[in-house]
Amino acid sequence: MTAVPDRTGGAGFPGAAADSRSRGGRKVPGRRPRQDPAAAVADAHRREWAFVLAATARVAGDIDLAEECVQDAYVAALDTWSRQGIPDNPGAWLTTTARRRAIDVLRRSATLRGKLPLLIEPLPPVPGSAPPGPFPGDDVEIPDDRLRLVFTCCHPALAREAQVALTLRLVCGLSTTEIAQAFLVPEATMAARVTRAKKKISAARIAYRVPGTAELPDRLDAVLTVVHLLYTTGHTAPAGADVVRADLVERAMDLARMLHSLMPDEREVRGLLALLLLTDARRSTRAGPGGRLLLLAEQDMIAEGAALVPGALRGGYPGRFALQAAIAALHAEAPSYQQTDWRQIVELYGVLLGVWQSPVVALNRAVAVAMADGPQAGLAEIEELERDGRLADYRYLPAAKADLLRRLGRRQEAADTYRRALELTMNAAERDFLSRRIAETGGQR
Amino acid sequence: MAEYMILIYEDENGYATASPDVFQQVMEAHNRFAQHVEAKGGKMVSGNALQPTSTATSIRGDVVTDGPFAETKEALGGYYLIEARDLDHALDIAKSCPARFGGVEVRPIMVFPE
Repeated sequence: MTAVPDRTGGAGFPGAAADSRSRGGRKVPGRRPRQDPAAAVADAHRREWAFVLAATARVAGDIDLAEECVQDAYVAALDTWSRQGIPDNPGAWLTTTARRRAIDVLRRSATLRGKLPLLIEPLPPVPGSAPPGPFPGDDVEIPDDRLRLVFTCCHPALAREAQVALTLRLVCGLSTTEIAQAFLVPEATMAARVTRAKKKISAARIAYRVPGTAELPDRLDAVLTVVHLLYTTGHTAPAGADVVRADLVERAMDLARMLHSLMPDEREVRGLLALLLLTDARRSTRAGPGGRLLLLAEQDMIAEGAALVPGALRGGYPGRFALQAAIAALHAEAPSYQQTDWRQIVELYGVLLGVWQSPVVALNRAVAVAMADGPQAGLAEIEELERDGRLADYRYLPAAKADLLRRLGRRQEAADTYRRALELTMNAAERDFLSRRIAETGGQR
Repeated sequence: MAEYMILIYEDENGYATASPDVFQQVMEAHNRFAQHVEAKGGKMVSGNALQPTSTATSIRGDVVTDGPFAETKEALGGYYLIEARDLDHALDIAKSCPARFGGVEVRPIMVFPE
């Protein structure tokens, strides 16, 4: 992974930086505390990569060239900032540097032009803006192209795994090695996946643009699905590699904040951010040997997430992320598992099934039904899902079923079903848990 | 504008057993599609239906054999060559391309540097 930036410097979370952020050249409000240049570069890599790359792609008109120039700009930053100090607005410095470099390369070598050309819509002229100077990267307002970049990476003509890889690479600035590690695939496989996706964007002319109103709901759903997938991959990494795992979770959170700051009126974006905050707060609760400090941080996350929920639900039929966030909020705000408002959770899952007919949602609803109406009622629903067959290899189905059998005192059946869950589970912590349950219900390990 | 080929893949059995009524409907749908391309701001360059794969002859090296290159349930049965602004535009047009017994594939035409 890239060096972890020093985030204790009081600059706030990345979303805050994105909200009040620079639009090329403008100063970030407030004074940045003195930082070590290397930490400042790492910090800017984390916060500004998407902005810098998106703006450079517009000038370069070529994804690979843009990436190279942005990489070069970060290398140059380390040297220049060490000698001359850290600029007030690192993002604008990096963007200008990368764009100048791109223009330079394009002027020098016409052959390089159009290696992986990107189809860029010209910006409408801004009334009263100055005509472009000799360096178009310098005196023209730099547009915030981050949304164009995200929508291009998550275009439905790309396979989901390619969308995920490209988003991490182009929007988050992760290296192919890092992405390969996070998804437990060989580096060569990941490199081929990224290259193929970039070629398709160029050859099939996937436009660098934010979709129009008619397409937006579907296209946005693809973007949110990718971000959510990053989060869940980090959350439930199948094996080891804790650092990589935590990083994916944070990247997903950064992306959700960025999207929310760029599309504040999109209810599903709000829903996704709320969902991630609320889920993540509970994740650390579960993991948490951290004591009071951790608890305060969790409470902040829960408060922030819960505050987003009403706005995500209001104004028409709520979407699937908003509904999941509402459910997560009920969980997060419950004083205990038993004292959770299971009745309302069952209702919300019912509405969720209406907009998203996923058997996983149905399974979650069954678990909530078991809490609201007793294990027998929940078991009936799970057995119905078993007959449906779509969750045949889904480990949480036998795990949930076994738990209900255990609560009904059907120990032998419970042990057998826990064993079925164990067969499907790779995650070490989950295997431990299931093995303990098998022993408790009297089965052999 | 760039050129895209819309390749129509369908189950040939669908047509082999279709009534004259169905043929009529399919023909009308294709005629409407040709107009639709222009209405959507694209351009129809060309398009053709192919005889079924039972009429195909394949050549690999010097060996000539009866039949299509690869046996598949849904075979290439026709194509349109269109001009569109970008992939989204091409996909928008291709969504209304008739393919009653299958679906379509959209492929950008390769452009070689001068």
